Amino acid sequence: MTESVSKPAIKAAVEARLAKRYRSEARFRSLGLAAIFSAVAILVILLGSIGMQSLPAYTANEIFLEVDLDRDLVDPQGDGSEVSLREGSYARVLQNAMREQFPEVRARRDLRQLFQLYTALNAPRLMDEVIEDPSLVGTRYRFRMPLSDDMDLYLKGELLDQSETRMNTALRAEEEGRSIALVSDNAGFATLLENQRAALRNEAVALGASADELDLRVQAAGDEDVSALVDRIANLRERQQGLLDWADAEDGVFRLDDTLPSVIVEMAGGAYKLDGVSVDGTRATGRAVVQPESQSADSWNLLVVDVPESRRRSSDNQLVWSRVLRDRGVIEEHTNRYLFGNADSREPELAGVRGALHGSILTILIALILSVPVGVFAAIYLEEFAPKNPVTDLIEVNINNLAAVPSIVFGMLGLAVFINVFGLPRSSPVLGGLVLSLMTLPTIIIATRAAMKAVPPSIRDAALGIGASQTQTVFHHVLPLAAPGILTGSIIGLSRALGETAPLLMIGMVAFIAETPSLDIEGMTQPATVLPVQVFLWYDGAERAFEPRAAAAIMVLLGLMISFNALAIYLRHKFERRW
Amino acid sequence: MSETNSKVEVRDVDVFYGDKQALNSVSIDIPKNSVTAFIGPSGCGKSTFLRCLNRMNDTIEGARVEGSIKIDGEEINDKHLDPVILRARVGMVFQKPNPFPKSIYDNVAYGPRIHGLAQSSDELDDIVEQSLRKAGLWEEVSDRLSHPGTSLSGGQQQRLVIARAIAVNPEVILMDEPCSALDPIATARIEGLIDELRENYCIVIVTHSMQQAARVSQQTAFFHLGDLVEHGPTETIFTNPREQKTQDYIMGRFG
Repeated sequence: MTESVSKPAIKAAVEARLAKRYRSEARFRSLGLAAIFSAVAILVILLGSIGMQSLPAYTANEIFLEVDLDRDLVDPQGDGSEVSLREGSYARVLQNAMREQFPEVRARRDLRQLFQLYTALNAPRLMDEVIEDPSLVGTRYRFRMPLSDDMDLYLKGELLDQSETRMNTALRAEEEGRSIALVSDNAGFATLLENQRAALRNEAVALGASADELDLRVQAAGDEDVSALVDRIANLRERQQGLLDWADAEDGVFRLDDTLPSVIVEMAGGAYKLDGVSVDGTRATGRAVVQPESQSADSWNLLVVDVPESRRRSSDNQLVWSRVLRDRGVIEEHTNRYLFGNADSREPELAGVRGALHGSILTILIALILSVPVGVFAAIYLEEFAPKNPVTDLIEVNINNLAAVPSIVFGMLGLAVFINVFGLPRSSPVLGGLVLSLMTLPTIIIATRAAMKAVPPSIRDAALGIGASQTQTVFHHVLPLAAPGILTGSIIGLSRALGETAPLLMIGMVAFIAETPSLDIEGMTQPATVLPVQVFLWYDGAERAFEPRAAAAIMVLLGLMISFNALAIYLRHKFERRW
Repeated sequence: MSETNSKVEVRDVDVFYGDKQALNSVSIDIPKNSVTAFIGPSGCGKSTFLRCLNRMNDTIEGARVEGSIKIDGEEINDKHLDPVILRARVGMVFQKPNPFPKSIYDNVAYGPRIHGLAQSSDELDDIVEQSLRKAGLWEEVSDRLSHPGTSLSGGQQQRLVIARAIAVNPEVILMDEPCSALDPIATARIEGLIDELRENYCIVIVTHSMQQAARVSQQTAFFHLGDLVEHGPTETIFTNPREQKTQDYIMGRFG
């Protein structure tokens, strides 16, 4: 600074810079705030969407079925022994009970659909309950079983879009040859008719548009052979005209078939599936799916399922039966006890996270027991005792490299060494724990060394100066001060291991395992899967009902991690308060 | 200074940090029951020399100490001697108060515990009380022994650290600028304490303050650039130094 710069000039220069400095500080602060808010927002959106997705999984529609445990069926040898009870025909017992609910169902095809309201896996469940309590034989027993996954979703309104209209007008059913005519004197079917016709016309317009597009291509084609296109156009025009004729039929009956939305009329505890409506909207024809209690009613329900029957897996009959059973109080919605009580299953309604939860707990326990002591002691040795030479340098570099190795490589190592060389049981928690502990070790070693380095040297000097040995210094002073850091590092490493899927795929933990491993030493060698793998398997599953269950499994996994981290925070505070 | 009166005898000590020589052939006798002050400008090697006396240089990577250091005639600069035993005999107080992050009681009791000096908890209580009394801290902390040592003020912490050093009943106490982080009042208390402790211990103190050296020490040694320039009775050094460098430093012409 030269003498020529006057004091006011310096002040002005400083002030000019000051404004700029304030601006840059404000900019930095707002950027930081924005970053935090967007992170929180993303987290909330993520958790919220998974939470919403998982909601249907927490309750289950269950059938409380009065089953007749007929001695002839369940106890063929008649001696009530377990051997005899195991030979019983429980599937027949369940089928009889379902037929009791709907005596009007006779046709084989219809019966098969009726029995699809629950999975066949419920027969062995009933058997287990009878074997548990043989005194049930010969009695009527209220058996509790989950409704099939599709019907469960349907009743929750998750499977199909439908509209349900309450009609407060009189309706009566008349026998008309082999079918039933429903008569509504004040044209109760008029709106329905209009809607169905409009849907047909829309479809016709779409077909016409496709035909027009092809027309343009024909015109632009020039010398090319367009006969195939011309045929397709003719076909489209024909179909379009067919739909229009169908929609515009002015006299007689408007035909409803399985390419149109399904129409169901519910009255007096029964239900009719319609196949035609008179064009004046006063009459409809159809067949009874469930016989009503009387032939006339003052109010009725008009149910329109938007997806035509031909384009879905579940039949109209099944929808109707489920609704009727719910109205009769046979189907009730309860907390999903299968989700937390069962292991995996082929049937979503019986599938649960319990097996995977146990697997995760056992696996992470083994990883914890193996990797934390080994990691911490390795770090102590390297940090405090190891001589500085090329060998220890090499070890250090390689530990850092190990932390960056893709986790699937550890899975391959587990397969090659632990399974093929040591012959550990495939897909067992002990194997998974070993692989994950290998993966976690470098993280723990690095975190521990960093925590120990952060202990002020004055504490070391103080201990050494008073005559403490190196070991005493480390264990009495350095380690306790480094403990919070070590804990944090270990928890981060283990949390990562808890959410790891890739290495476990290599060692068979991706297998379908319907048994829950027990939470003890024995369970450690039983086949198991873990939560992230379970999520992976379920999202891969074909059934729609697996999707909310996968989301629920994610919630359980997150819950496990949060409780894990909460434990770490609690331990940290406990350690810190001691000083 | 007669032979029989000296506690520590140092002969031709060289210290190297890697390739760099930090001390050149230092020889000195340190008398018992007195305070010896090391003075000199920063980087002159006085702290390095202090750390030779309890082998704290062992903890520094690449440090090498050559020559003979004897305490009560016993060679201590010997790789076969366990520094742990030595450090129980030679206590150390550092520049910045460094109590353990434990209670006041545990700070003082730590040394006796690891060396097994107390047979019973009563005996340990006694050692703790005596040490705190000797360090002049008992009156202030007797009612809060379970409070963390780090909750004390800087001066109190430094006295706590002195009590911790006394608790293992050392023969020599090394102090590395013990007052540099303290205010004048706390400094005065520590200086008074050093004066009292002189009756029972051989005290070596490194200090930057000439006044402090003059106030507390009986012997003074002046270091410069790794050389022990001059040592002798404090009065002589301050009033009638033999060397010009000593004179210049004391007069404040450099350093």
